[in-house]
Amino acid sequence: MKRAFPILAILTAVLLSYGLYGALISAPTEQTMGDVQRIFYYHVPSAWTAFTLFFLNLVASIVYLGRRNPKADALALASAEVGVVFCTVVLVTGPIWARPVWGIWWTWDLRLTLTLVLWLIYVSYLVLRRFSSSGQTPVLAAVLAIFGALDVPLVYFSIWFFRTQHPQPVIGGGGSIDPRMLHILLINWAAFSCFATLVCWSRYHLEILSREVEEAQALESLVVESPR
Amino acid sequence: MSYLYAAYIATWVIHIAYLAYLVRRYTRLRTEIEELKKNR
Repeated sequence: MKRAFPILAILTAVLLSYGLYGALISAPTEQTMGDVQRIFYYHVPSAWTAFTLFFLNLVASIVYLGRRNPKADALALASAEVGVVFCTVVLVTGPIWARPVWGIWWTWDLRLTLTLVLWLIYVSYLVLRRFSSSGQTPVLAAVLAIFGALDVPLVYFSIWFFRTQHPQPVIGGGGSIDPRMLHILLINWAAFSCFATLVCWSRYHLEILSREVEEAQALESLVVESPR
Repeated sequence: MSYLYAAYIATWVIHIAYLAYLVRRYTRLRTEIEELKKNR
């Protein structure tokens, strides 16, 4: 991954630039909503990326519970943290789109409420990781992550099985989308996925390094305190 | 158009704030590593 990092960074920069150009300039303007619809090119890929990161968190948590592998625990923490960042983008860009289109910033619609609950679950996960000093914290966090991940399919399928105010799914929802719009959407999804991989990888290594420093500091304090 | 720009700016403000947080944590960690090396 160390060798791939600069290549992935360049690819991410190219995709993000092309995605931004496509979203703001080259994609056709939607007839009903006008330019505000272009928020969708950031909102939807951010949601998909957040879901992918929460799925990674679920897999890493299950691996940790099964094998007690500290690297899996570090990956679970990194993916949850970056997932919360992307989920925050979803919760911020959604109301900015809703205000001119629906006339309101927020409504307690099922999709919106479940997304807020999903964000709160993973924020609780991070608070637990940050402030609990118990040796059982990684286990408790892994169990919380498994329950949290159950909300992801609920968020995704809520607009399939229930009548909600949220627009229907872009892909597989029975509606149609202009191929040029779909192209830009997929470019932005690829760009955000690459960006999330870079950030998650950096956060994972920061966590590993941080644990090594904590161990070294603990060892050092033992050496200082031990009688001569 | 202002809503559109607000959404795009908000997205990048959130990402840049998080990247800045990571850089700050990494810088603090580097200082701690240097201190550990000095003490040895």
